[in-house]
Amino acid sequence: MSSTPLLLEIKDLHVHFAVYGGRLKVLDGVNFVMQSGERVGLVGEAGCGKTTTMKAILQVLPTPPAVIPCGEIYFKGRDLLKMNPNQLQQIRGRGISMIFQDPTAALNPVFTVGQQLKAVIKHSAVRGRPLSADEVHQRAIQSLQEVALADPERLLKSYPIQLSGGMRQRVCIGMALATNPELLIADEPGTSLDVTIQDQVLRLLHRLVKEKNTSVILITHTLGIVREMTDRVYVMYAGNIVEVAPTAGLFSRPMHPYTIGLMQAVPRLTGGGVSDGIPGRIPNYLQPPTGCRFHPRCPHVMDICRQEKPASYQVDDDHYVACFLYRGEEGKGS
Amino acid sequence: MTADILTITDLKKYFVVGHKGIRRREPITVKAVDGVSFAVREGETFGLVGESGSGKSTVAYVTVGMYRPTAGSIHFRGQPLFGEKGERPLALKKEIQIVFQDPGSSLNPRRTIKQILELPLRIHRPQDNRLEQILALLEMVELPADYMYKYPRMLGGGEKQMVAIARALATQPSFVILDEPTSALDVSIQGKIINLLMRLQREFHLSYLFITHDLSLMRNVASRVAIMYLGKVCEIAETVEFFRSPYHPYTQMLLSSIPVVSEEEEQLKPRKIISTGEIPSPVNIPSGCSFHLRCPYKMEICTRIDPVMVQVGEGHLVRCHLHGQPGEASHEE
Repeated sequence: MSSTPLLLEIKDLHVHFAVYGGRLKVLDGVNFVMQSGERVGLVGEAGCGKTTTMKAILQVLPTPPAVIPCGEIYFKGRDLLKMNPNQLQQIRGRGISMIFQDPTAALNPVFTVGQQLKAVIKHSAVRGRPLSADEVHQRAIQSLQEVALADPERLLKSYPIQLSGGMRQRVCIGMALATNPELLIADEPGTSLDVTIQDQVLRLLHRLVKEKNTSVILITHTLGIVREMTDRVYVMYAGNIVEVAPTAGLFSRPMHPYTIGLMQAVPRLTGGGVSDGIPGRIPNYLQPPTGCRFHPRCPHVMDICRQEKPASYQVDDDHYVACFLYRGEEGKGS
Repeated sequence: MTADILTITDLKKYFVVGHKGIRRREPITVKAVDGVSFAVREGETFGLVGESGSGKSTVAYVTVGMYRPTAGSIHFRGQPLFGEKGERPLALKKEIQIVFQDPGSSLNPRRTIKQILELPLRIHRPQDNRLEQILALLEMVELPADYMYKYPRMLGGGEKQMVAIARALATQPSFVILDEPTSALDVSIQGKIINLLMRLQREFHLSYLFITHDLSLMRNVASRVAIMYLGKVCEIAETVEFFRSPYHPYTQMLLSSIPVVSEEEEQLKPRKIISTGEIPSPVNIPSGCSFHLRCPYKMEICTRIDPVMVQVGEGHLVRCHLHGQPGEASHEE
C-alpha cells in the first residue's frame, strides 16, 4: 500500500442485532480499506452483510436493535464511530453519500423532486455562506441535467410517482452527487431496473464519478457489473470479507472456494449449462458456524476450518484470501 | 420434427384500467399482450424473454387459465383451451401447471408442506395413496421427507421454490410454465434449481415455457427463444442461432446490455448498441413499431406502420422493417 492517506479504513468491525431469542452476529470482523479515487466493488449474496457494513459507515443503522460491540471506521483519518451527531451530519452528504437499491423507497412520495433535491443542496451548504433561493434552484437544475434528465424545470415540480423507475434512480444519483461528495456508496443501483435501463444508469454513474473524480463503493450481487465497473473487489460471505483482489486478478484467478463457487454459478452467454452452485444456504446468524463461517458449504473443508477462523493470507500483489488452503502461500506473491 | 404441444395464435389480452372522456365512458385499455403467436414443441424448453411490462407473464397467466384472452386462441395438443363453456375441463387443468417467481408469496404461510402438496393430489388424483405420493414428490425435488411437517417460513428460498416445483408436478402435468423461477433467488442457489428442472424434464418428458429476463440463463436452458417488447414478439429463433446472429435492434440492445463475467462472453455480444430511452408505458404505446422511439436504426416508415413477422432463416422470425424482404436480409452494421 502506498503512503497516501486512506480515504476509508474499516478495522475489525462487528455488528450485532439484538432480537428476540438472542443476538444476530451479522458482521464478524470486517476489514476494508480504500484510497481516494478508487472504485471498489463489494460482492456477496443476499444477507451476507454488504448493506449492513455500508449503513454502519454512514451510521444509519437503527440502534437498537443494532449494536456495534467493537470496530473502528476511519474516514480520512477520523473515527466515524466516535463522532457526535453534528460532526456526522457534516460527513453525510459532503463527505459520503449513498444511492439505495430501490429508488421508489428512497424518495419521499409526498414531496416533489424539487423539494427533496433542494433540501439536500441547501443542507450541504450549512457550513459556508447560505445559498440564495436562486442559487439553490440553479444547482438543482444543474444536477438534474448532469444525470441526463430532460426538462428539469418540470421534473422539479413532479412527484416521484410521476417518474419511471429509471428516472427515479437518475434523480437519486443526481441527489447523491449534487453535494460533490468524496465517497459515493452505490447500493445495488441497477438491481430493481430492467437490463437495458440498468445499463444506462450504470454507464451514467460511471461517467459522472470519472468526471467528478469521486471514489465509489459499488455494492452488488451481480459479478458482471463488478467486472465492468470497478478496480478492486471485496468478496463477502456471512459477515466476513473472504477475498480481496484487483478486479482483473479476481476474475482470472479466483482463490477462495466461495468465490470460485460463485463464479461457476453464473450462467454464461457462451452456453454449456449451469453449474449446481454452492450446496446449503447462508448460515443462521443466531448461531453462526464456528471457525470459518463458510465451512459447512465448503468442498475443501478441513479440520482446522471448523475450529479456527482463518486470517487473511496474501497470495499475490494486493490479493488476499481468508482461507486455510492458502496458509502456506503467504508472502509468495510479493 | 416433434409435434407442437402448445400453439398460441394471435393472442390478445387487454385490460381496462380506467375510463376517460367527459362522461367517463371511453375505456382506457392496457394492451398487455397484443397479437402474440408461437408454438412450443413437445419436450422442449421454450424461452420467453422480455423486460418488465412486456406482457410475458400475462401470456403465462392466460395459458394457465387465470385470465380469458380478449382475442386469439391457444391450443393444447390440438384442443382449444378456451372453448364455449366457461370452465376448463379438469383433465386439461391437470396437464398445464405453473411455478411462480416468488415462492415466498406463492406458498400459503399457514399450511405445512404436506398440506400444500396434498391439495393438487386431492383434486387431480383422488384414488392414489396421498402420503406415498407426497413422499415421492419430496424425493423427486431432493428434499428430505421430514420437510412434510414444516411450514414455508422454516425453509430457505431455494427449498421453498423446490416445494413449489413439487406442487406443480403433483398433478403429473406434461406442460409446465416457469415464470422467472429463479429470479428471486441467489445465484449460488439458482444452479441447483435449474439443474433440478432440467433433470425432471428429461425424466418425465415435460415441456417448459420458461419465462425470464436473464438472457445468460436463457442461453443455457432454452432450445428456442422469443423476445417480447410491449406486448408483441419481436424475434423468435433457435437459441444458438439467436445468440449468434440477433437481427432485431431491440434484441441487439438487450444482448449488449448484459453484464458478463468473462472476455469470451464479451466477444459474443453484438457491437455495442447504446441503450437509450425508457420503456414506454403500455397504456400509451407509440404508433407504428412500438420500439421506434429507442431504435438506433429508426426509419420514417417505423413511426407509421407496425412491421409484420418475416422469416429470415430456418425457424428465425423477426418483426422489423430493416428485414422487410425475406431472403434478402443482408444487414451488417
